[in-house]
Amino acid sequence: MSAEISTNAEPAVKVSRPPHPLTEFWYHFKQNKGALGGLVVIALIALIAVFAGVIAPHNPDIQYRDAILTPPVWQEGGSWSYILGTDDIGRDMLSRLMYGARLSMMIGLIVVTLSLAVGLGLGLVAGFFGGMADVLIMRAMDILLALPSLLLAVVVAAILGPGLVNAMLAVSVVVIPHYARLTRAAVLAEVNKDYVVASRVAGAGPLRLMLIVVLPNCVAPLIVQATLGFSTAILDAAALGFLGLGAQPPTPEWGTMLASSLQFLQRAPWVVTWPGIAILVTVLAFNLLGDGLRDALDPKLKR
Amino acid sequence: MLRFILTRVSLVIPTFLGITFLTFILIRLVPGDPIEVRVGERGIAPERLAALRHELGLDQSLWQQFLDYVGNVLSGDFGLSLVTHNSVLSEFITLFPATLELALCAMLFATLVGLPAGILAAVKRGSLFDHGVMGASLTGYSMPIFWWGLLLILFFSVALGWTPVSGRLDLVYYVEPVTGFMLIDTLMAGDYEAFRSALSHLILPTIVLGTVPLAVVARMTRSAMLEVLGEDYIRTARAKGLADGRVIGMHALRNALIPVVTVIGLQVGTLLGGAILTETIFSWPGVGKWLIESINRRDYPALQGGVLLIATSVILVNLLVDVLYGVLNPRIRHAR
Repeated sequence: MSAEISTNAEPAVKVSRPPHPLTEFWYHFKQNKGALGGLVVIALIALIAVFAGVIAPHNPDIQYRDAILTPPVWQEGGSWSYILGTDDIGRDMLSRLMYGARLSMMIGLIVVTLSLAVGLGLGLVAGFFGGMADVLIMRAMDILLALPSLLLAVVVAAILGPGLVNAMLAVSVVVIPHYARLTRAAVLAEVNKDYVVASRVAGAGPLRLMLIVVLPNCVAPLIVQATLGFSTAILDAAALGFLGLGAQPPTPEWGTMLASSLQFLQRAPWVVTWPGIAILVTVLAFNLLGDGLRDALDPKLKR
Repeated sequence: MLRFILTRVSLVIPTFLGITFLTFILIRLVPGDPIEVRVGERGIAPERLAALRHELGLDQSLWQQFLDYVGNVLSGDFGLSLVTHNSVLSEFITLFPATLELALCAMLFATLVGLPAGILAAVKRGSLFDHGVMGASLTGYSMPIFWWGLLLILFFSVALGWTPVSGRLDLVYYVEPVTGFMLIDTLMAGDYEAFRSALSHLILPTIVLGTVPLAVVARMTRSAMLEVLGEDYIRTARAKGLADGRVIGMHALRNALIPVVTVIGLQVGTLLGGAILTETIFSWPGVGKWLIESINRRDYPALQGGVLLIATSVILVNLLVDVLYGVLNPRIRHAR
């Protein structure tokens, strides 16, 4: 290619080429300061979760018998070795919260992965094959949706028995219908479009059509729902922990921590305040991020 | 009209059967044989075991057991509580008004605060007030309400001593339960002191249970208003010189309310089940707290019946909202 031609052609090419989808997405996403803030907070919490073993000042399970119910450092009687204070049996609050972040992020990740996988599969099958499969799957989803979500989670956790794993299973079951419905709606919107018909005519099998042709065009609403799903999962798992149906003491899960120090509410408010703030901040960050993603990914709302 | 209502009612029947099946299966998933659990460590003679199994219908096929269960449920027999030996239905009926009263008050609170906040936020879009409302509603939506309830108790009940910590009524008062709604019963008895007590017991639980719906209503109202305010007929109304208040109140709000009313209605159903946490924190004697206690006492018949009854009432409330909505909005009634 000669130099003259390329210099002449370049400006025209630059003008006509649309921005890469990711660039465009980032352009819209960074307009939303709340979503950016959410992303930063989530990144911080994730870092804390990963490096809890290194940065936590104490072992979360060791009971410092001479430092029971030490207040946070800025209150009278507080000490720098227990910055956020200690709980009723002398465990360091800050270290427990850091290990709790690990649990909460893990709960969110597992619940979202599990419910997304099952819901996605059900929704794809229902939307793609229609007919009897569609009716059966969507009716079953309607039944799950008719029950208030926390009630269903409580019942499933009660049947399976209390424990962190069972609580995660319970919360996953509850949110499956959301993913199934979203996927089905997205598939139905795509499945009769020309490009799908074209690949069907070209001889693509049902699996290829489902997973390679249609699915990539349905991911936007699922990404948003999955992000918001993190907050639901963390909130519901904490609620189960609070009711005694989730993680069991001495696990430093935030909801369980709250419940197990309830009787010290008046004497030592910090044992109840910190886990609650941790839950609120994490859930809020995921909701902010989810809202921002929705605005950036949904072309209808783009200005 | 009748056809519309009948269609909606017929759509509910499979859902009801499905939930009945779900509760039936869930209890079967509990590890352990129900009879062996009941006799405990003492053991039981094989003949007696067989007789008991026959008596409880456990020797029949699962399918037959399910049909029997549906038959019992339809004739109002939800089984007996293992702990109190009372009928599950009668226990539920005595406790349900407490939950309903709390849920209705919470919804009223959410609507009375959320609706004006959402409207104002939409009208003053981009203002400090708008950002404040949106921030507060996102925070409310993200709130772990069990913790929120504890904070309110700590502040208003413990530190300030303004409101009681738990229950529905101070023990010094006794009011004959007529409707089961404490506010109405105390008024009917003419006991204003008791009414005040009931009201003060209700305030904190109402706020706690109403926080999430409040956030939802405010957000929903704002976005519905924003959508309507961009319509042509609003521009027309402004162009013909109507005052701002009239344009917003008469032209915009009426149309924006349609999705908001649906959301409010559907939230009532959710609140009936969502009251579990609030009732537990405030020792509110409703069905949510009863359900958690049944779980802790391993009272599976009560759990099974209770879940089915709560689910049924949620379905009925949603059905009612659906039908009312069709009555109010002809566009829904005639679609399909």
